[in-house]
Amino acid sequence: MEIRQIRTIAAKEFQDRIRNRWVVAVALIFTVFALVIAYLGGAQQGSVGFRSIEFTIASLVSLVIYLVPLIALILGFDAIVGERERGSLDLLLSLPITRFELLLGKYLGLSGALAASMLAGFGIVAVVLTIQLDTGILLHFSGFVGTSVLLGMAFLSLAVTLSVFAADRTRASGLAIALWFFFVLIFDLLVLGALVVTGGQYGGELFPYLLLLNPADVFRILNIYSLEEVRSLYGLATVFPAALASPWLLGGVMFAWITIPLSIAAWRFRR
Amino acid sequence: MESISPAVAEAAAKPVTDVVVTVRDVHRHYGAVHAVNGVDLEIGRGELFGLIGHNGAGKSTLFKMMLGLIPMTRGEIRIDGQSVSGGAFRSVRRAVGYLPENVVLYDNLTGLETLRFFSRLKAAPLSDCMAALERVGLADAARRRVREYSKGMRQRLGFAQALLGTPRILFLDEPTTGLDPEAIRDFYAILRSLKADGVTMILTSHILAEIQERVDRLAIMAAGRIQALGTVQALREQMDLPLWFDIRIATEHFETVRNVLGHLPISAIEAQDGLISVQCQRDSKMAVIQALAALNGTMRDLHVREPSLEDVFFGFSD
Repeated sequence: MEIRQIRTIAAKEFQDRIRNRWVVAVALIFTVFALVIAYLGGAQQGSVGFRSIEFTIASLVSLVIYLVPLIALILGFDAIVGERERGSLDLLLSLPITRFELLLGKYLGLSGALAASMLAGFGIVAVVLTIQLDTGILLHFSGFVGTSVLLGMAFLSLAVTLSVFAADRTRASGLAIALWFFFVLIFDLLVLGALVVTGGQYGGELFPYLLLLNPADVFRILNIYSLEEVRSLYGLATVFPAALASPWLLGGVMFAWITIPLSIAAWRFRR
Repeated sequence: MESISPAVAEAAAKPVTDVVVTVRDVHRHYGAVHAVNGVDLEIGRGELFGLIGHNGAGKSTLFKMMLGLIPMTRGEIRIDGQSVSGGAFRSVRRAVGYLPENVVLYDNLTGLETLRFFSRLKAAPLSDCMAALERVGLADAARRRVREYSKGMRQRLGFAQALLGTPRILFLDEPTTGLDPEAIRDFYAILRSLKADGVTMILTSHILAEIQERVDRLAIMAAGRIQALGTVQALREQMDLPLWFDIRIATEHFETVRNVLGHLPISAIEAQDGLISVQCQRDSKMAVIQALAALNGTMRDLHVREPSLEDVFFGFSD
């Protein structure tokens, strides 16, 4: 494996997303949505304004779960199939580069673009929150941003994988939307539904482990469980066994969500 | 083929000296479809080699196997003595330049940035980039985004990309698509200078008239096999296609000449507006020429039409 080749591909992908203003546009989306939600997040409780960092993060978690997987899937769905369709994949593969180096370079470059837009977008939010609240929030908030980036990388890994499997861009985009629906909207319903149908008698102890099968849920648990004040707000978190709530373990699961799809993509792409 | 002329036999038997590309018994099967079905081929250093065939004849598949892009079902391909997909693939590929058909490069990069990207991947010196742009006539557009390039400029950029790292072998798939006649002429001028430097070039084209005067040898593919291989002239002779004489005659001699020609070993005759066209087999060519020489003074003009590569192509591929 030649790091040089991976770096060249990654740098080009990153430069491409800077050049077409993708990074700036997504950073703006994060900033605007995050500030609006942080400010208006308490409206249901009858008040507006910036409140404690715990409540702010709890509100932003929902935003991230909707937005980040969608953005990551849109960013990565045509990584390989797009090159194939435009005829440049053959050209790239005729160069002194392995398929794995190309795939990894693409993934890292796109991850860099996604991470840069999130860091920039949430960075502005952090500045506003520090002024409105206090500097003590930074540790909490950087944990939230870090796990958001990991969530983005997990969905980007899924996106790149489907871009290897899909026959054309149209199908890849359809699959990307389907994945988003499944993980963000349907998965929790299915798990809850199964729990209710079985009356909680079967698989009750299995239930928390099922949540690990969805990176969005892993992200939610990572951020909610650490917040004493809001844990009670979320029914799901209360049934989560403490043994599974270790940030290291959950971080490891997230890491698996990044590496396993990518490995499957690499395996498939090699043939 | 009942009779093969000495020239053809000689061309076929003559071994390629200083072989750069070796294709040996190569097959590629997709299930029951045999896209490439037993191809043997040797291409020598500095040779300009044309590969032609209908869509689906197997030439793209063969091309991609030569580049190591798709695996072979069976057989062996060597470039400069090394396997294209083996452990030495990086050094093999550094020696190769490739221009795919209808490639779409990156809109957001400038021409120069595009070449820098590819030269990094090829480990070629970055100073090659500007030189390559100059060579294809894009130096003035180096800092413009590819988005603003015309179709011909994009094609030239793709060609410049293939030239990075001074490759010893160039694979050019339909390289003149989108080029205007002047650019096509410039393109072949570059190929000639590369040839003088000993660069081996393998190109495919649909425009047979364009390559027939320019390639050293060509292979006609059909149904996954090479149906004919040799110089254009040798293939013409091998095909034994008839040729045409167009004879322009002064009106007062028209009937006389027509009568003379009627007694020659010809296969067809057409006459109109002072022009007589005579078709004859290759082995009657000299007899016709001698008869025409005897018509001294009555002819105003004479034009010999050899069968075109197109005629040869259809003869072999149908």
